[in-house]
Amino acid sequence: MLEVRGLRVRYGTSSPALDGVDLTVAPGECVTLLGANGSGKSSLFSALSGLLRFDGDVRFEGDDVGKLRPAAIVARGIAQCPEGRKLFPELSVEKNLRLGAYVGRRDRRGTDEALERVCTLFPDVRDKLRAPAGALSGGQQQMVAIGRALMARPKLLLLDEPSLGLAPRMVQAMLDAVAAINRAGTMVLLAEQNAYAALSIAHRGYVLANGKVVLEGSASTLQQNELVKKAFIGA
Amino acid sequence: MRRAFWIAAALVAVGVPLLHPNSYVLDVIAKAYITAIAVYGLNVILGYTGLLNLGHAAFFAIGAYGVALLEKNAGWPFWPALLAGCLGSVVLGFFVGIISLRTRGNYFAIFTAAIGVMISIVLTNADKITGGNVGIVAIPPPPNIGPVSFADDIPKYYLVLAILVFAVAVCALVRNSLVGRTFVAIADNEDLARATGVDVPRTKLVAFMLSTFLAGLAGGVYAAYVGFLGPDQSGLDVTFQQLLFLVVGGIGTISGPLLGTLLLEGVSQWLQGVQQYRFIIFGPLLVVLVIFFPHGIAGGLARLQRRIAPRGPTPSARTANAPEAAAS
Repeated sequence: MLEVRGLRVRYGTSSPALDGVDLTVAPGECVTLLGANGSGKSSLFSALSGLLRFDGDVRFEGDDVGKLRPAAIVARGIAQCPEGRKLFPELSVEKNLRLGAYVGRRDRRGTDEALERVCTLFPDVRDKLRAPAGALSGGQQQMVAIGRALMARPKLLLLDEPSLGLAPRMVQAMLDAVAAINRAGTMVLLAEQNAYAALSIAHRGYVLANGKVVLEGSASTLQQNELVKKAFIGA
Repeated sequence: MRRAFWIAAALVAVGVPLLHPNSYVLDVIAKAYITAIAVYGLNVILGYTGLLNLGHAAFFAIGAYGVALLEKNAGWPFWPALLAGCLGSVVLGFFVGIISLRTRGNYFAIFTAAIGVMISIVLTNADKITGGNVGIVAIPPPPNIGPVSFADDIPKYYLVLAILVFAVAVCALVRNSLVGRTFVAIADNEDLARATGVDVPRTKLVAFMLSTFLAGLAGGVYAAYVGFLGPDQSGLDVTFQQLLFLVVGGIGTISGPLLGTLLLEGVSQWLQGVQQYRFIIFGPLLVVLVIFFPHGIAGGLARLQRRIAPRGPTPSARTANAPEAAAS
């Protein structure tokens, strides 16, 4: 279980990017974070991954992970797939994926099994294992980015805008994959601007605005909420 | 293609002393090999890991002075002295790395340049130990192995060649290992590498120490090969020269450091007849090379190979310079 209490992030002297965020992700849950650009979603993910300094309390499976280095956080079972399909373009797809298993690199059998699971989840990736990652289409790059995070065999997957810039058909395929990952037992914290799609696969959700949680509830409650409808679904 | 290149290169390298046993030519090529070993070190830290170490020549000098002093003053045989010289360079690299790798980009380059200048000043002014500007002379060559004397040109050439092969093999092995991939990942996107779980500070330090090991190795071999040594070997201009060889050969490739060093050393020798004007020719030649081969010779050859025999997906401009994609 992930428990975040009073998380604050500030860049320099500007107003805080995150201002006292509280949230939880329970075992087996898929939780979505909704919010406009600049609402603090990516800052929250960076903080949870150990890439940003913050004030507040972050516990994972009861342990304080707030002050751990990024590598130690991945080793504890929290892996991030950052926004923008970020890959290492100079490396092949397979090498990108295997880098995702860096923290568990001594377990070669486990790494091979994880690679097989990624290829089963994303069959397109299997055909491109030897291709340079920079030469893939946007959708394929996103699959590799998610696959790389899965290679760490995480208990909690942080997914930052996985549908950003993808064709509608690819968005649905991506969300189906996320739902499958969650059904297989991995907790998912999913940041999305596409609220309708995100709420269709999530159990619960939080709405962030100006670095604060302004709304939270079950996916069905949020889908019916007027504010969410107006701001994110466009109804 | 890659294998054919290396087989051809090995045949040429082994055949040169047999076909053209000219002392001067062998000396020029052997010195170029030694420089190439140092350039391979620069390639590890700059080409693979994306960190510009402008103090690289200082680590070359540490290895060189280590061998020279241990052989001459302490009476050590060459091989233990070479090992100790490399170790000295790596230990210094460890301490410099711990501090300098906290910085990024230009700050790292400036910091390492300052370290290089400091080491150069120490080597010049500690004249009771280093001989100051006069340097150290009459450094013994490596001891004989059976009937083979390394005072002779041809065995000396083959010894340097063997050490170069060792350096290239180390770089190729590292480049194709998981550690090498973490170097490349850091060069590509340090924050992403960190988020992926790579221990970035430790990995950078490993790359820096490997780089200084190769610089120290080149320096140690240079001291015993040439037989004399001065503080000019540690200067910024030496680092810039090595950087030039790397840029022309192909940053981040396996064959680039060797190709760039051999080509530019060759051109430099060819232009020695017009000693004072050679840079008038050398400069524009480099500009032309950089314009027509922006990814260096090795990167350019790799692109050419892909154009002639396209296979698989077309790589991006960036991957065209990829070490693993290069005809290296």
